Amino acid sequence: MRVNVTVNGEHRQADNVWEGESLLYVLRERLGLPGSKNACEQGECGSCTVYLDGVPACACLVAAGQAEGREVRTVEGLAEGDELDPVQESFVECGAVQCGFCTPGLLVAAHDLIERTGQPSDTEIREALAGNLCRCTGYEKILDAVKHAAARKAEVSR
Amino acid sequence: MNPTRSPQQLEDTITGGIGESPLRPDGVLKVRGEFAYSSDLWHEDMLWGATLRSPHPHALITGIDTAAALAVPGVHAVLTHEDVPGENVYGLKYQDTPVLAADRVRYQGEPVAILAADHPEIARQALKEIVVHYQVLEPITDPERAAHDTTLPKLHPDGNLVRYQRIVRGDPDAEADVVVSGVYEIGMQDQAFLGPESGLAIPADDGGVDLYLATQWLHVDQKQTAKALGLPLEKVRLTLSGVGGAFGGREDLSMQIHSCLLALRTGRPVKMVYNREESFFGHVHRHPAKMYYEHGATADGDLVYVRARLYFDGGAYASKTPVVVGNGTTLSVGPYNVPNAKIEGWGVYSNNPTCGAMRGLGAVQPTYAYESQMDKLAAALGMDPAELRIRNAMSEGSTNVTGQVIDFPAPVAELVQRVRDMPLPPDRRSSSVDIRELPGGASNTTHGEGVVRGVGYGVTIKNISYAEGLDDYSTARVRLEVLGGEPVAMVHTAAAEVGQGLVTLQQQIARTELGVPRVTVHPADTSVGDAGSSSASRQTYITGGAVRNACLAVAERVFARAARRLGRSPEGMALSGGKIVASDGEVLAALADILGDEAIEETREYHHRPTYPLDPETGQGDAHVQYGFSAHRAVVDVDTELGLVKVVQLDCAQDVGKAMNPDAVIAQIQGGSAQGLGLAVMEEIQVAGGKVRNPSFTDYLIPTVLDMPPMRIDVLERADPHAPYGVRGVGEPPTISATPAIANAIRAATGLDLPRVPIRPEHITGT
Ligand code: FES
Ligand code: FES
Repeated sequence: MRVNVTVNGEHRQADNVWEGESLLYVLRERLGLPGSKNACEQGECGSCTVYLDGVPACACLVAAGQAEGREVRTVEGLAEGDELDPVQESFVECGAVQCGFCTPGLLVAAHDLIERTGQPSDTEIREALAGNLCRCTGYEKILDAVKHAAARKAEVSR
Repeated sequence: MNPTRSPQQLEDTITGGIGESPLRPDGVLKVRGEFAYSSDLWHEDMLWGATLRSPHPHALITGIDTAAALAVPGVHAVLTHEDVPGENVYGLKYQDTPVLAADRVRYQGEPVAILAADHPEIARQALKEIVVHYQVLEPITDPERAAHDTTLPKLHPDGNLVRYQRIVRGDPDAEADVVVSGVYEIGMQDQAFLGPESGLAIPADDGGVDLYLATQWLHVDQKQTAKALGLPLEKVRLTLSGVGGAFGGREDLSMQIHSCLLALRTGRPVKMVYNREESFFGHVHRHPAKMYYEHGATADGDLVYVRARLYFDGGAYASKTPVVVGNGTTLSVGPYNVPNAKIEGWGVYSNNPTCGAMRGLGAVQPTYAYESQMDKLAAALGMDPAELRIRNAMSEGSTNVTGQVIDFPAPVAELVQRVRDMPLPPDRRSSSVDIRELPGGASNTTHGEGVVRGVGYGVTIKNISYAEGLDDYSTARVRLEVLGGEPVAMVHTAAAEVGQGLVTLQQQIARTELGVPRVTVHPADTSVGDAGSSSASRQTYITGGAVRNACLAVAERVFARAARRLGRSPEGMALSGGKIVASDGEVLAALADILGDEAIEETREYHHRPTYPLDPETGQGDAHVQYGFSAHRAVVDVDTELGLVKVVQLDCAQDVGKAMNPDAVIAQIQGGSAQGLGLAVMEEIQVAGGKVRNPSFTDYLIPTVLDMPPMRIDVLERADPHAPYGVRGVGEPPTISATPAIANAIRAATGLDLPRVPIRPEHITGT
């Protein structure tokens, strides 16, 4: 089948998509956007988190056909050109990235949390990120990064 | 042919030398989603590889029929053991693991056949068309029996014992006033790195193959792969691509040989990516263990003896089992002075999943046991558990259980004091309770009733680097040249960056030693000498040492050139801020001028001082080159009715010799502690009758951000005079000491024995 999606603001088309291919597969292998990661492909780790029509979703659980005509924003679409989003910048600066495999999914989840709540509390951050596994960091620096990013965004919009 | 997406040259943008905390050179690529991990690699006309695995833990193979699979449209090759051109066997320590099973399978998930197809779904479907005839056999699943019962069938020609090691020190039959004993068990933990086993093999014009992959040790993979392919080493070239965590799980081969076999057979690039279930089957795990311990002490609390018997289940193939037995026995009494000891360790073959390297290799199991014993002993003596540890702590000048004199700082007592003296979290009863902070969290299972709090300690000693006489070394190539009018250093090693931050460190060392702000890191590959493995907490020490040596050699040539040019002696010259300076600080020349168009390149190795094998009878010998030490204190709340545990706080003190990158050190301690927490309360591959019952992230639980408590971390820097920069390996100790601290805290809270980790709700409720 053919799948049409808007990805990071651009209209994209994928041909010869198999029944049963996930949105994650289409993004990674057909559209050349491997930023969203494939750590479990079972909806358990959050590494593949993307925005689907503005709402975070596990791309591995979305059938490619379900994405037809919809808007997807991936980690590759967070930065404005050379300008990193504050949440990306904070992850780098706070040392929240080690192997970085969990990072794309966490960035989308954290980005969404900050968009929704402005300045999330510690407990809110923990709850919002509970679906994103990280095996390297022990999460402490990820918490720092999210708080830092929220503060930065608040400052910019002030 | 190069892959379209391939490993990046890491251009530096940030400054910072040794002792500072510059940011990672790969950080921006990673947050942009542009860093090419091994599962992201891609090539124009690539095929997808897939593996058929045994459903049985133990069976004879009486026939394999691949015709139907090969007939599936879109399938390009189906291979079995008969298609392995070289030797159908590999292994890290012993050559005992088939590339593809021939006449017998020894564990569930053992690779039997492989194929390559146009699409991963075709590959998956075609696997089902391969017919394998099995004659199912009774699996051997009890490691203790495997060690002693010679009537069991032999899984390998030499029987079912991989290694036995004994350590006898002082009077093995010594007696003591106070004696405690216990039997401890530890479940099978998984590394659970997030990036799946994956890579891209590309056939080359010279009949060789280029493999881009995630691994921990390029050269050892190269050797094993070349042997199986029947190719000379130089025709099997490996390049590291992005690695999504490793923790020991990438030391053994997974898809390396298989992808190359398929690429060479089809003449096309072949990509293999394991899914999560396959990853659980496709890599080795942490050895489960059963440990019998007896401690004897004087009435004042001085340790008199330790006697222990340790059984490590290595599963189907040897992998790192010999090392686990070596580390497990030599570290079996912990960082304590023990005058008399009798220790025995067995590592065995069984039909359980193969076990190999995982963070804390061989030290995790005994530490859980001896630290449990230390608490039991403290209770028997009526002593404070921290006090007992401090009283018996080894220090510089101590002699350990293998007779090795500790000739470097060993601030064990201080580490315990430091975690003991950290402020405790506020009492739950005195502060208003947020229900989400209680055991069970937002599930609203308690409002504080039935919840008890406990405090526990865990202290460990871990050997750094390879041991028992291995010549463990690394190689670094450093080039200094002028690019765009500026001096730039390039560091090239085969050392694997697996997430730990080695690329940052290589830059820091080169910046410091060569006094140039711009340093790039070449992708790690096999075109430079061996760097050894990114394991055993050794890379900062060993590869760091190699980079330093190469930099010093480059600097020496710079000084010689400058001396000729300036007509003065090179004596006292130094490099700083892109200049050559004299010992009094006078600027002698710009480095760029001295270099001109002529780059200076040097390759050097670093070898640590020798270690020695253990005496087979007495287990005595200077087996280890260095030790790392850490101490944890855990505070837990336990809901005794439901058996739920909430770790409230987890504090750590660790000696790192020299904090080369202080922020990265803290990050290692945080991440390591999380893995230790996982083993204490949730992580276990559950194996029944040799079969894995939970090969998914749904059922194998690793800590989430809700499970990790806040940590206070204290980093000591007692330089090791024998190590480059005084460093002490950092990566492993925090994983090791976190587990017993939490287990001891749960015991302190509940008064229960809890002789097994992970501690599950039913262990606490007794149901
Ligand atoms: S890859 Fe989608 S949730 Fe794990
Ligand atoms: S940084 Fe490696 S999984 Fe999160």
